[in-house]
Amino acid sequence: MTEQKSIRTHAACETCPVHNAGNLLRLGVDMSDWDYVVALAGNPNVGKSTVFNALTGLRQHTGNWPGKTVTRAEGGFEYDSHRYKLVDLPGTYSLLASSPDEEVARDFILFGQPDVTIVVVDATQLERNLNLALQVLEITDRVVVCLNLMDEARRHGLEVDDRALARRLGVPVVPTAARYREGLPELLAAVADVATGRTVCKPRRLRNEPPALKHAVSTLVRQIHALYPGLPNARWVALRLLDGDESITAALRNGELGDLTRGEPVPIETAHPIELEMAR
Amino acid sequence: MTASTAETMHPSTDGVQPDDILSTAQALRWQISGDFHEKIVEAAYAEAAAIADSVVTRPGASPRLALDRTIDRIVTSRLWGFPLMILLFTLVFWITIAGANLPSRWLAMLLVDWGHPALKQLADGIGLPWQLSGLLIDGMYLTTAWVVSVMLPPMAIFFPLFTLLEDAGYLPRVAFNLDNLFRKSGAHGKQSLSMMMGFGCNAAGVVATRIIDSPRERLIAMITNNFALCNGRWPTQILIATLFIGALAPAHLAGLVSATAVVGVTMLGILLTFLVSAGLSRTVLKGEASAYSLELPPYRPPRILQTIYTSIIDRTLYVLWRAIVFALPAGAVIWLIANIHIGGPSIAEHLIGFLNPVGLLIGLNGVILVAYIVAIPANEIVLPTILMLTVLSTGMHEAGAGAGVIFELASQNATYSILQAGGWTLLTGINLMLFSLIHNPCSTTIYTIYRESGSAKWTAVAALLPVVMGLLVTFVVAQVWGLFVA
Repeated sequence: MTEQKSIRTHAACETCPVHNAGNLLRLGVDMSDWDYVVALAGNPNVGKSTVFNALTGLRQHTGNWPGKTVTRAEGGFEYDSHRYKLVDLPGTYSLLASSPDEEVARDFILFGQPDVTIVVVDATQLERNLNLALQVLEITDRVVVCLNLMDEARRHGLEVDDRALARRLGVPVVPTAARYREGLPELLAAVADVATGRTVCKPRRLRNEPPALKHAVSTLVRQIHALYPGLPNARWVALRLLDGDESITAALRNGELGDLTRGEPVPIETAHPIELEMAR
Repeated sequence: MTASTAETMHPSTDGVQPDDILSTAQALRWQISGDFHEKIVEAAYAEAAAIADSVVTRPGASPRLALDRTIDRIVTSRLWGFPLMILLFTLVFWITIAGANLPSRWLAMLLVDWGHPALKQLADGIGLPWQLSGLLIDGMYLTTAWVVSVMLPPMAIFFPLFTLLEDAGYLPRVAFNLDNLFRKSGAHGKQSLSMMMGFGCNAAGVVATRIIDSPRERLIAMITNNFALCNGRWPTQILIATLFIGALAPAHLAGLVSATAVVGVTMLGILLTFLVSAGLSRTVLKGEASAYSLELPPYRPPRILQTIYTSIIDRTLYVLWRAIVFALPAGAVIWLIANIHIGGPSIAEHLIGFLNPVGLLIGLNGVILVAYIVAIPANEIVLPTILMLTVLSTGMHEAGAGAGVIFELASQNATYSILQAGGWTLLTGINLMLFSLIHNPCSTTIYTIYRESGSAKWTAVAALLPVVMGLLVTFVVAQVWGLFVA
């Protein structure tokens, strides 16, 4: 896999994502010396594992049913002379951490501090999928939305305006049909742009809370920022604390939350070896 | 971020400690209404709906959706759901059994009939001592060759077929059909999905129970996952059904009858899953079944070539590799216990003689029980072990080149004649199929249960409960058989 050639062409081509896809080097399980960490989140059965396989060249088992990936799977790829570690998270409908798979997903997005989180959404079930996307946007602003299953949307006679969606969400949106590798070059380009900071996201965040809550949240946010200046998602943390979330309370107590302000990923339990078996 | 606006309105706070924040949160919680969480969730949903509404348009009607619904109405209907499921599985097994016969024979001819003597000759040529050539060639090589020739063809047919069903979206419909029964057993409906995963590999099935939130229901799902026949056991079921049950039918129906028998055992496994789940949830793991919604994914046209490629590369070769990894040392162990003699008979003969009375009582024999002990690491090697031990214990030395050698297994007939010489009857075949379904999980699965549950107690329950059940079931079958048949 390593003897992939990169073709030198003229400058005009080099800005084109289709050309740059030629620079994709699938590294399989080789995740050494990565420059950026990319997480793959999304509802169950929207094609996360298919995107994962297409980018890493691994063959994480894909199946047409929800709940297939319950642990994290990791792989690597190289694109545009940067090395990426890609982490496939379990599919969840929310990030409220009410079950172990939701907790795995949420903890990674929060404490793992991925440089980019790709939220894979099902174009045919946009309403339900956006709910998770909005929750991810509350936690991190470095997000690329992968509007997947466009082939099925077309078959169902749906049209999705990806540009309008990008405007509404404040993050890049890339339409794809991962099963047929459609849109993957554009997805890679968007991920690279966010990772390297060429694209700066301004995610939409929920604001329409009742006044009493608004006061409570801003009081807490003030205290949290006093303790940890620059914590990127203080408002979300405040809401979780008000809700009595145990793992966030624990993370605040033992200082893990503080590590986030220094941009250091908190070491979380490494992927289980069983994932190799799950990959079959 | 709201923080910036908040900071401008309030004086800054210095020297804040984590505990201060927690007590503030505690205090503030009383000021806000208790349902604020629901409010926020509702607001998020409303927002998602508004965005989706503004970016999605439906210029055309959707003929596909209508087709999906029609198919769903049939495959999940109360009347047709189960018969269709049984029919589809029977078809899959029938294709597997009918298609695997010939390639199995070719592989056995190549690896056993031709490969074994050639290797022996080579060993003699370079003057290898008999102990070493026995251990390496008669033990390790032959067991492995047998595993490959018996397992590879059925797997190479079964896995792609099963994966096609999965890819097309049929498996969640099966789960949907079973969901109600699971809830009636006091278990979680999602257990139907971890069970589906168990049909591939029980260790994977146990990990898949993570989708179940409630620890009680998750434990039930882990303990009962073993009743889903796994990769390692399909070949045993298929071969024994072909030899003992298919053989009872006229030749042109043999394949179908064998397939029906395998489906019967599979269905029994599903039935036991319900019964044991119900038993557990009414006794030691009492509780209400939690509600959840099961999503039926859209049907997707399976990508046939890609499916065949990945299921052969990933599943078939992976399982085969695992079988070989376990067969090599097991072959060595078998050869050693067959060739180390203590006071006359070999260790294997001592063991077989010791376990034979118990074995006969439950319609099996000592050889099968010894094989199940040797094969705790992997169900894949049960049959090869049985054959080697049978050859040894019946003294069928003309069938092999010495004690502990399996030989002349180029066809299923030869396998059958070895088993017959070992005193096997139809009852032995039936009870072996039953015991293969109902016995302890392999050591990988046991370890996985321990890691996932974190409890030695529940791991012991998961390991011992099925063995005890298996011994009971086979005992009852053997006694009833003795009353009515013999």
